[in-house]
Amino acid sequence: MIESVPLNQVLIVTTLMFFIGVYGFLTRKNLITMLISVELMLNAVNLNFVFFDRYLFPGKLEGHFFSLFIIAIAAAEAAVAIAIFINLYRNIRSINVEDVNEMKN
Amino acid sequence: MSLQELLLMRHEWLLIAAVVALLLLELNFSEAKKTNVIPAAAIIFTIVTLIGFLPSENGRAFGGMFITDPIRTLMKNILNLGVLIVFLQSGSWLRTQNNFNRVTEFYLLIISSVIGVSYMISAGHLLMFYLGLELLTIPIAAAASYEQYKSKSAEAGIKLILSSAFSSAILLFGISMLYGTTGTLYFSDIKLAGELLTVLSFVFLFSGLAFKISIVPFHLWTADVYEGSPTSITSYLSVVSKGAAIFVLLIFFASVFGPLQEVWQQVVYGTAIFTMTIGNLFAIRQQNLKRFLAFSSIAQAGFILLGMVGGTPLGMATVIYFILIYVFSNLAAFGVVVAVEQVSGKINITDYNGLYNTNPRLSLTMMLALFSLAGIPPLAGFFGKFFLFTAAAESGFYTLLFIAVLNAVISLYYYLLVVKAMFINKSDAPIGYFQSDYSSRIAMSACVLGILTTGFYSPIFEFIKKLCLESF
Repeated sequence: MIESVPLNQVLIVTTLMFFIGVYGFLTRKNLITMLISVELMLNAVNLNFVFFDRYLFPGKLEGHFFSLFIIAIAAAEAAVAIAIFINLYRNIRSINVEDVNEMKN
Repeated sequence: MSLQELLLMRHEWLLIAAVVALLLLELNFSEAKKTNVIPAAAIIFTIVTLIGFLPSENGRAFGGMFITDPIRTLMKNILNLGVLIVFLQSGSWLRTQNNFNRVTEFYLLIISSVIGVSYMISAGHLLMFYLGLELLTIPIAAAASYEQYKSKSAEAGIKLILSSAFSSAILLFGISMLYGTTGTLYFSDIKLAGELLTVLSFVFLFSGLAFKISIVPFHLWTADVYEGSPTSITSYLSVVSKGAAIFVLLIFFASVFGPLQEVWQQVVYGTAIFTMTIGNLFAIRQQNLKRFLAFSSIAQAGFILLGMVGGTPLGMATVIYFILIYVFSNLAAFGVVVAVEQVSGKINITDYNGLYNTNPRLSLTMMLALFSLAGIPPLAGFFGKFFLFTAAAESGFYTLLFIAVLNAVISLYYYLLVVKAMFINKSDAPIGYFQSDYSSRIAMSACVLGILTTGFYSPIFEFIKKLCLESF
């Protein structure tokens, strides 16, 4: 089933996903959306690892394990990030990036 | 897994034991007496640092995922020393009104981050490296937003965690490409043959690390994060977190990316020029001393790249030596900034006008630190920079060297601006005389001692050089 899709097409999809994430991170104004964009980038990397494992190195599991670790760490990172967002929201009542500019000079 | 193998992870075990000890210790103190943790933490970390210096076994654990050798142990010891100085300097800040009842959090966050540093340096596998990197970053983002009533602090935390999440995603994309081309993640098994995809993977991996080292063009978060974070965290970020990333970059260049030397030489060459120049030019126009030190640390990172560009073991040795000196010089400067900020709340360069008349010893410490950062002859910073320049010259990068020397002159100008403010400028309302607390005086004396002696005491450099020649 999966073999009917060649690897290069899969890689095009993951690369597109990654750069959509980059674009989102750079253009979005809402901090939560920026975090979601980063998650999109990480998911593209996860897919990359899993597909490399499946297509090129079927006997190995390193890629699978790596993606599991990435998922776990992304969750930890999101937890800390959102805690800081809440802290910021308590202080300035906004989570818009353009309001996070106290130190612009 | 034998006991022998477990003992290879001595630094990490010690740090984990320190975390557990602090958690247990905190239980014994009532809410109002939490500040008792401060001296305890200093003592515990001193012990950790000292034990780290004992001679250690070499070898690999976890099937090659974890590597210990003398050069890695040395890197960890240098950074542990930096953390110890940061701890000693942070006492008076932790005793203030808003922080005194959650002192332990600060130590736990920093020590967890140091555990990440150790694992990252000892990594023999890219997964291990990634885990270490994240363990280094996530606690420090929480620590950057430590002062919950200041929106600046939260802002710094947000900028730090978002930019580091972004950079680690980029880094991971590079790692995934590396995996795709080589089929392994062990440093020792990766054999690069110069395919285009490996070049691309190098570029991604380098960009991810460049965020941590704040190499131009990935430096944009630096100034804001450094300004907004509590000053103790800023000094940790500018010395330990940056130093760790540089050490890892060294290891990568020597092991994984060794065969791609021609590629990374060009990248390092270009970024070194931009990092030095932009860091210096922006430092000139800073008024806030923390922002000023942020840009100065960007410029220093540019000088450090100068030692790496040749890719020779001697160059690597000069980089490690320079980091050792940089730990002392930068932390001395930050020690003065912390002390003054704690007493007066003032942080601008103009606030330091006339500081010499009221606080001569602090001014002298600051002057020595800045002179060492600028590289004025009798101080250690001069020797550090001189060796970096020598390493670049030996590899034949004369144009780069010329630009670096120009930049050293520019940097002298803005470091002298601060010295001029302290010693020459008159002020109607200078910061009054004060005496900082005992531990930060010890820390500053240690830094000054380091600045004065590491340059002259040549066995230090000889030792580092010997280790580098053995292992790179």
